[in-house]
Amino acid sequence: MPIDVDVAHVASLARLGLSPDRLDRYREELGVILDHAARVQEVDTSSALPLAHPLGQTNVFRADEVRPSLDRDEVLEMAPESRDGFFVTSPALD
Amino acid sequence: MKWEPVIGIEVHVELDTDSKMFCGCRVSFGDPPNTHVCPVCLALPGSLPVPNRKAIQEIIRLGLALNCRINPDSVFHRKNYYYADLPKNYQISQFDVPVCVDGWLDVESDETRFRVGIERVHMEEDTGKSVHVGEGGRIHSAAETLVDFNRAGTPLVEIVSRPDLKSAADARTYAQELRAVVVETGVSDARMERGSIRFDANVSIRPEGSPRLGVKVEIKNMNSFRSLEKAIRSEIGRQTALVTAGERVVMETRHWDEEAEVTHGMRTKEGSSDYRYFTEPDLAPMAFDSSWVEEARSLLPELPALRRDRYRGMGVRPAAARVLASSDPRLRSLFEEAVESGADPVAAGNWVTGEVTASLRRREASVGELPLRGDQIAALTRMVSEGRVSAGAAREVLEGVMDGEGSPSEVATRRNLLQLSDRTALEEVVEEVMAANPEAVERYRSGEGKVRGYLMGQVMRATSGRADPRAVNEILSARL
Repeated sequence: MPIDVDVAHVASLARLGLSPDRLDRYREELGVILDHAARVQEVDTSSALPLAHPLGQTNVFRADEVRPSLDRDEVLEMAPESRDGFFVTSPALD
Repeated sequence: MKWEPVIGIEVHVELDTDSKMFCGCRVSFGDPPNTHVCPVCLALPGSLPVPNRKAIQEIIRLGLALNCRINPDSVFHRKNYYYADLPKNYQISQFDVPVCVDGWLDVESDETRFRVGIERVHMEEDTGKSVHVGEGGRIHSAAETLVDFNRAGTPLVEIVSRPDLKSAADARTYAQELRAVVVETGVSDARMERGSIRFDANVSIRPEGSPRLGVKVEIKNMNSFRSLEKAIRSEIGRQTALVTAGERVVMETRHWDEEAEVTHGMRTKEGSSDYRYFTEPDLAPMAFDSSWVEEARSLLPELPALRRDRYRGMGVRPAAARVLASSDPRLRSLFEEAVESGADPVAAGNWVTGEVTASLRRREASVGELPLRGDQIAALTRMVSEGRVSAGAAREVLEGVMDGEGSPSEVATRRNLLQLSDRTALEEVVEEVMAANPEAVERYRSGEGKVRGYLMGQVMRATSGRADPRAVNEILSARL
């Protein structure tokens, strides 16, 4: 029995509108994936060190130096809508 | 039932670096919109972030100033949420291994002294700025949103307190002390009006004495210490009214409305799992050995709490020591120079936090324009303690010095403020006053003690207030 996923909630977090048959399909598919994750979590990792990154590098930093930014007109050209140098979007709170 | 509030404060501080946290765009304020943006801070496909070393050094320094432990291993996480001013749809932040943990800050006001636990200090990036326009410009009725990404990616430090605060007033005191520490370390200009320091509060209530925490509400958008205190007070009131009426507080984020002085619900708060935190695959983990920590420690300035104690140790009155300890550095060096030039620390502390500050305010001048040196304060305090000028006249001397009329002694001479302590001259004046008031002298001699004050007043009047009261008293005692 696959793990039951609240697909509608997950879809709303990702701002995806899903039709009812898709919700059902993804509930099933995500459930299988989570089942697998649950199996992985059963593995005894008490003797393994936590690994945050596969490359084994640490402390990759850059100096605090300013580099040229992009041209604003070029940037705003990529946007569906812009005005007075701003990007225009629909209201942030709905 | 009596309810008690439990308050925690989250503070966001923009670091004062030249470039952004993960790209080379300039950190700026007030420039035309979208003029400091690049593929990284606009989240164009294929761009990769590289952390700013200076920002990391600064957060370690701030963490040490807040008595935190520096995690030897620390990683960045992605915090996923959708918002117009967040171009990547996630914020690079930290989750379970922040740079700094388990600190504390000692806080003090006129009324109280307490310690606030610091749970964590973590590194993240700021979002862009949105301007909501249309239908009155209010956030609730905006027709559209204009977005400027100049701020997106500015190094941002979040300081999370433990829920140790018990009143709105305590929360304000803590916020002020924390800001003083931030300013002192120099990691940020911490200007509230520019948003380079921002305070959010987590407020809950519980039955008095209960060990359990209630449902917490996060309140945002307070842009002054005053509104922070007011917003918390209003939220405590709202929650108390709710539970008293038998209703329940729901976990949410509320927005402080400065004009209406109430909070409005904004959105149901996401639970931590809704942010789907995971380790940032584009960034290598960080490892801080003792050299990182020791270098940061060596660059720590004297912090307000320690300085306060040091000033008190010198004898400065507690209130003056507190004001001085977190005052403008130029005001402090005025005090310190005065003491070095031989001023009594008590008097110097009182002068600098009292009359000097008041005079600057009257002149509407900033500390930067302070026309005064420490040795002049020292000379002034000496003149008072030696009885050469009265306390009242000393204030006028200070004004003269600040007006550029010369040294305190020159001003006192020129403005005719030096006390008359010349014995012979004062004896003459006392004689004259006694001769002019035979009746008063008679009444005093027959036991009416309070008449002495009248005679004293007459002497002061005859000398335009310049007579040294101690000398006059002695002469009066001898003559009467």
